[in-house]
Amino acid sequence: MSLVVDGITRRFGAFEALKGVSFTAPQGAFVTLLGPSGSGKTTLLRILGGLEFPDSGSVRFADLNWLGVPARRRRAGFVFQHYALFRHMTVAKNIAFGLNVRPRRERPSRGDIKTRVEELLSLVQLESLGGRYPSQLSGGQRQRVALARALAIEPRMLLLDEPFGALDAKVRKDLRGWLRQLHERMGITTIFVTHDQEEAFALADLVAVMNAGRIEQYGPSSDVRQKPRTPFVADFLEQPAAAPR
Amino acid sequence: MRRPTDDSLFTRAALIAVTVGYVGLFLLLPLLIVFFSALEQGISAAFAALKDADAQSAIHLTLITAAIAVPLNAIFGICAAWAVAKYDFRGKSILTALIDLPFSVSPVIAGLIYVLVFGMQGWLGPWLRDHDIKIVFALPGIVLATMFVTFPFVARELIPLMADQGRDEEEAAVTLGASGFQTFLRVTLPNIKWGLLYGVLLCNARAMGEFGAVSVVSGHIRGLTDTMPLHVEVLYNDYQYVAAFAVASLLALLAIVTLILKSLLEWRYADEIAAVHRH
Repeated sequence: MSLVVDGITRRFGAFEALKGVSFTAPQGAFVTLLGPSGSGKTTLLRILGGLEFPDSGSVRFADLNWLGVPARRRRAGFVFQHYALFRHMTVAKNIAFGLNVRPRRERPSRGDIKTRVEELLSLVQLESLGGRYPSQLSGGQRQRVALARALAIEPRMLLLDEPFGALDAKVRKDLRGWLRQLHERMGITTIFVTHDQEEAFALADLVAVMNAGRIEQYGPSSDVRQKPRTPFVADFLEQPAAAPR
Repeated sequence: MRRPTDDSLFTRAALIAVTVGYVGLFLLLPLLIVFFSALEQGISAAFAALKDADAQSAIHLTLITAAIAVPLNAIFGICAAWAVAKYDFRGKSILTALIDLPFSVSPVIAGLIYVLVFGMQGWLGPWLRDHDIKIVFALPGIVLATMFVTFPFVARELIPLMADQGRDEEEAAVTLGASGFQTFLRVTLPNIKWGLLYGVLLCNARAMGEFGAVSVVSGHIRGLTDTMPLHVEVLYNDYQYVAAFAVASLLALLAIVTLILKSLLEWRYADEIAAVHRH
């Protein structure tokens, strides 16, 4: 059930976003893709989620040709930087969405969906807010709703695209610790994209440092931090973490 | 409290007076005159004018035209807005400009092109005659001319709205397992429904009121191809002022009802509309 990414390339017009990216991660690993903007990390994440397609290369996951599975059948929970919550639905409806769109014979009963939503609301510590609309929540609360929504589909893989990028430093730190605990409890293979090295090392088992469409260095986070293998990685890690946007 | 951006009392009073005066003189007063003229010989005379066979036929034709043109333009408008707002492709700016074309082209020309294409002397005229298909001087021509003129309303309303909302929510829906149709029905449509409704109401008001384009293709056959605006002109030229203003009043009332409907919806759903626009 491990994740094997092999030789992924992707070009947008004249711009080569990915120039042959390969890595493997064991089942249940927490991997961060760390790099400056434009390094291709979000493109890679979107390819894993089925929102983007590579020009060449392959991905195997859960004993499947992952790229041959359409996005809606991957059960890859995706968390977006700007939440992408359904703004016309309440929090509870947002979380239930993935269950409500299932074909009738796979869809849980109304009561089961309600129970599941309540479980997820308490998991993300938003028990009393099921009836609110996303516009009535703070940024940190919205992102926890987005995570609950992604978890509702019992994802085989969790993909997070700078999920804390739009939050202030204090909330980022809290959510980071909380996300790590959640991962330890649920053990879902998680890919986390960030340009913030402090965040990357605090969260991940494995870190891939990306630059200009390539992985410069990939390995356990302590190795990457202590033994940078290329000048770029050394240089990038010496820089202070970028200020939150 | 006085803010630094506040204008002097005189400026404010002058601006408000000018606006109220302008609206009153050029919009409200003529509208009132229409209603008063219609009722000059009593309400029964006005109703009698509306019950006239030709008037009834004009009302039916206008309603049928709107009933065909408005839904079609709503669908085309959604397609066009989707294509422009959510995809990147070559020639997008030209397409956007073309969508606006009906706003800048004189409606008379819009009517004329259909006569030139489908009329007896037009490109397809002989072929259509041989196959016994009537377009110009019949309902299809009137519907086509109306659609041309009212095409931009829905698309124009939706393009900025959809562009502003981006594709994030649709992508989220797909990763959660929704099919394309489910995504449209449950995510895209609810997000644009107010803009869509507004566009449809405007489109409808214009479809029922269009004169120039329809005038060219209709052929003015009384009781057959005269819509309400055309019928008003016919009656007026026949010196049947009360009847003309009675039909005009009905047309104006339809427009006013449209506006009231829109305001009511905005008032009733103010919270929800605000939630959709805030992010």
